[in-house]
Amino acid sequence: MALSTKSKQAFLGPLNKNNPILVQVLGICSALAVTSKLEPSLVMAIAVTIVTAFGNVIISLLRKTIPNRIRIIVQLVVVAALVTIVSEVLKAFAYDVNKQLSVFVGLIVTNCILMGRLEAFALGNGPWPSFLDGIGNGLGYGWILVVVGFFRELLGSGTLLGYKVIPQAFYDAGYENNGLMMLAPMALIIVGIIIWIHRWKNKDLQEETN
Amino acid sequence: MNRENSTYTIIYASVMVIIVAIGLAFTHQVLNEKQTANVNTDKMQQILRSLRVDASAAEADGIYRNLIKSAYLITPEGTKIDGTNGIEPTDPAFSGEHSDNQFPVYEAEVEGSKKYIIPMNGAGLWGPIWGYLSVEADGSKIYGSEFGHAGETPGLGAEIVLPEFRKQFIDKNLIKDNQFVSIAVVKPGQSVANRDYVDGISGGTITSKGVDAMLLKSVGEYKNFLLQLNAGK
Repeated sequence: MALSTKSKQAFLGPLNKNNPILVQVLGICSALAVTSKLEPSLVMAIAVTIVTAFGNVIISLLRKTIPNRIRIIVQLVVVAALVTIVSEVLKAFAYDVNKQLSVFVGLIVTNCILMGRLEAFALGNGPWPSFLDGIGNGLGYGWILVVVGFFRELLGSGTLLGYKVIPQAFYDAGYENNGLMMLAPMALIIVGIIIWIHRWKNKDLQEETN
Repeated sequence: MNRENSTYTIIYASVMVIIVAIGLAFTHQVLNEKQTANVNTDKMQQILRSLRVDASAAEADGIYRNLIKSAYLITPEGTKIDGTNGIEPTDPAFSGEHSDNQFPVYEAEVEGSKKYIIPMNGAGLWGPIWGYLSVEADGSKIYGSEFGHAGETPGLGAEIVLPEFRKQFIDKNLIKDNQFVSIAVVKPGQSVANRDYVDGISGGTITSKGVDAMLLKSVGEYKNFLLQLNAGK
């Protein structure tokens, strides 16, 4: 299926040069909170992608009817309803994951990426590009989460998805898990390092220095 | 139609809220049964883990019914309350629908010997923590333990759920010299006199203290029950 340039841009932009976390620095709060292990990072990435995609589609479909004065409230209600549904579905079909994510699923409502995309994109574009924009932003947010979660779990607990990957011999030789990795500041530092590498590869994103 | 008209705005908002409310109520109704079943299975798995049985969600129900022989409520004095017997999720011991001063006890039989399982509740750093202790027929010696938490720090306080922490409780004693002294959770490397103790979680001090307090208070509510078992051994 061929995508128009605009749709392609809506989908691919957020993965790289218009990344919500790396470039717009949105959604940092939840990126810090859920990334201490890889599994919740993955689930959070999927949940946010679903909510941004469908939130965008619904708002885009309604965009010609929404009264301007209450548009933020309408967006909030749509997002909150979607998040509640995701949370209910997780409770019914992925109970273990739901237990781990409990509060964070609810906090998707407050994720700035969602409101940002609804305001900036869905209100002015048709459902199909909005859907792609939502998927793109969800994945753009998600891949950062997964990278951060990967390093934090590997270095902080010596496991990945709960499986031990650092051999016992390392521990016997004096290697220790880095407890700091489990704390939120380390997530911020890892995000900082990713941003650094990203800017270094994309010179056009670098700010002018006088 | 003028979108900025107040009447339009009010009608729009009302209709939207009603639609969303119906949608959410419907979702909840449809999924409710499955969610309750999940909660019950999860509780069974926890009870089984305190008996050192790791059951998957699919097999938990069967193993639970096989191992747990009875469940009932007791008074603070340690006597069984009539009419509260039953291990079904709808029975009072399991459902948690009981008033203050009534405490649930589960009786299990593992490899021919009787174990008593006691639920515990307490507070960690960020939210509630809970657990189950399985005690040998003498009312003192721990057979196994299980802990859970709502939102302790991953990698720190949340480590109380790991087998490494839980295994430490095995063969520790709640009763010393006919006194209920519980089991202390101490900083790794420290010790306490006249009580059995286990190492807390490094970096999870407040959660460890929460477990310590829970062992003292929540298990303390079963003090008379356990002392009676201990006296009659």
